[in-house]
Amino acid sequence: MKKEILKLRGVKVHFPVQAGVFNRVVGHVLAVDGVDLAIFRGEVLGLAGESGCGKTTLGKAILRLVEPTDGEVKYISQDDDETELTSLEKKDMDPFRKKLQIVFQDPHSSLNPSFTIFGSLQDPLKKFGIKSKEERRKIIGDLLEAVNMRREYMDRYPHEFSGGQRQRIGIVRALCLEPELIVCDEAVSALDVSIQAQVLKLLMQLKKEKNLTYLFITHDLSVTEYLCDRIAVMYLGRIVELCDSEDLYNNTLHPYSEALISAIPVADLDKQTKRIVLEGDVPSPVNPPKGCPFHPRCPKATDICKTEVPTLKKYSTNGNEHYASCHLIDLPEIS
Amino acid sequence: MAKSSLDKKFDQIRKREEEKTFSTKKRSRIVNKFLNNRLAVLGLIIFTIIILASIFAPLLSPYDPMRVDLRSMRQPPSLDHWFGTDSTGRDVFTRVLFGGRVSIFIGLGSAILSAVVGIAVGCYAGYKGGWIDVIALRISEIFMSFPQIILVLLLVSITGQSLFNLMAIFILTGWGGMYRLARARMLSLREEEYVQALRSFGLSTFTICYKHMLPNALSPIMVNITLSTAMFILTEAGLSFLGLGVPLNIPTWGNILNVAQDILILQNYWWMWGPVGIVISVFVLCVNFIGDGLRDSTDPSQQG
Ligand SMILES: Nc1ncnc2c1ncn2[C@@H]1O[C@H](COP(=O)(O)OP(=O)(O)O)[C@@H](O)[C@H]1O
Ligand code: SF4
Ligand SMILES: [Mg+2]
Repeated sequence: MKKEILKLRGVKVHFPVQAGVFNRVVGHVLAVDGVDLAIFRGEVLGLAGESGCGKTTLGKAILRLVEPTDGEVKYISQDDDETELTSLEKKDMDPFRKKLQIVFQDPHSSLNPSFTIFGSLQDPLKKFGIKSKEERRKIIGDLLEAVNMRREYMDRYPHEFSGGQRQRIGIVRALCLEPELIVCDEAVSALDVSIQAQVLKLLMQLKKEKNLTYLFITHDLSVTEYLCDRIAVMYLGRIVELCDSEDLYNNTLHPYSEALISAIPVADLDKQTKRIVLEGDVPSPVNPPKGCPFHPRCPKATDICKTEVPTLKKYSTNGNEHYASCHLIDLPEIS
Repeated sequence: MAKSSLDKKFDQIRKREEEKTFSTKKRSRIVNKFLNNRLAVLGLIIFTIIILASIFAPLLSPYDPMRVDLRSMRQPPSLDHWFGTDSTGRDVFTRVLFGGRVSIFIGLGSAILSAVVGIAVGCYAGYKGGWIDVIALRISEIFMSFPQIILVLLLVSITGQSLFNLMAIFILTGWGGMYRLARARMLSLREEEYVQALRSFGLSTFTICYKHMLPNALSPIMVNITLSTAMFILTEAGLSFLGLGVPLNIPTWGNILNVAQDILILQNYWWMWGPVGIVISVFVLCVNFIGDGLRDSTDPSQQG
């Protein structure tokens, strides 16, 4: 039986847009606009979509690095205790900050240039009750070895490391309080392809050793296929398709996912499908299109798409649950 | 335990990484760059000489800067009196040395204290944002738009002249610039991922902004402190020259210069105002050189 670790309901993050001399609010960026999502213990859930669709914002909202405007984020502990995180006082968040961590995208801004690795990692450990310096050094040293780096590196400054090394140090930071769920926000996107593969393998190895759950954010669907158990595809702040990763590639339901998948370069020429070129960029999340948000770029759009917003409905492919939001799916909806 | 293939691959990567010799420490790189700037080094040397001479003034000069000696009034420079004597027979060289103590103390002290105030407010407000930031910004604008000279006149007429009043005015009008600098740095730093990471651990605002972020905002502030020091020294000299600065009985560079108000002295006794004017200019110039050198050597756009 799969157990949930996080349950999001109707999560919205709207950033005010200010203009004019008096900083009047003239609109909102609907960065995340109503996301329902469950993450199961021990799984790797991919979160894909072009850049600007709100993946990072959703990841940050889970950790309350940005405050959700609306909606619930429930954390379910191993003993099935549910806690709603968004309504907690700042200080009551602490026990959950230990359980939820994040690895960032940009290896250049992810480490503080003024501190050694130990210097910047020791404050969180101190805060969470590891009082002796010896113990802190041991924890960080052990983790550095776990990501295949030398213990002694903890006394070096970030500029002494390569991008791949910095990213591994970012992983050490995320691991240092023994979290349960790690949001990997484009954790390998900025790295060379050869190093990407190593870091991904390392992430998977750590997941096995430490019983982690990953929310794996990426704009590149070619990375996710073999990595993720399930994949959620996001467009303009909403989830448009959510299913087992095999089904996403073999039984794609949503035209947006189809377009993303067709953009993956394939080595095998027989499998090469016609590439669906998406025109233009993601529209501005300040004034999202009416009707289906994807309709201005959707190759299959019909009249109904321009007026009615499709909702995320449940279907079944291959005997698995498969959610998608499109008017043109001719599968029976299941409840 | 057998090594997994992953481990082996990592060992290879690690070997490659270690072959690259690690670059030298960041700090020494900044120092090197500063030392390569000749003007800055020259500035630093002269700056140090003037400061040391002021501090050890009693050792360098046998005279008392305040002692009136009517037998040796208005003497031109000689071996006994290097910069001559003034209208009451006081040794000008000695007065320049002792004046340097006060002038540099005012300049550097006001610059550092305004920086402390500006940083304390700017870091917090810039990192926190929201209404705290808006209020701090407005207050700084009010202080910055207030003409310094009117503040000085006001305060002098209310409380009388004093060294600390002058410094208080310098700090009141000076902290705004430092605040804006600190705030602007914090605004860009707070989006950096290491700051987000610290927040994800729920560390306190104080720890994050004063301990972890501030060190990365310091270099433009250091530059500003040097430049403000120069500016405050000049302002002190200007105000004292007008008789509005430090009380005349305390020797400062500006107060020594004050005698040049007298057209007779200006025309006939150049040594009473000339050398001190040169010392002020040289000192200010040196401080500016140091500031420029600091700016160039800490400029992040020029770091590899
Ligand atoms: N702090 C912010 N203030 C205003 N708009 C923001 C902020 N953060 C993100 N956005 C906007 O929200 C949208 C989603 O951004 P993001 O979550 O970073 O997307 P992704 O990670 O998928 O590339 C973008 O249009 C971005 O401009
Ligand atoms: S609802 Fe219409 S516009 Fe939207 S994805 Fe489906 S076909 Fe395309
Ligand atoms: Mg992103």
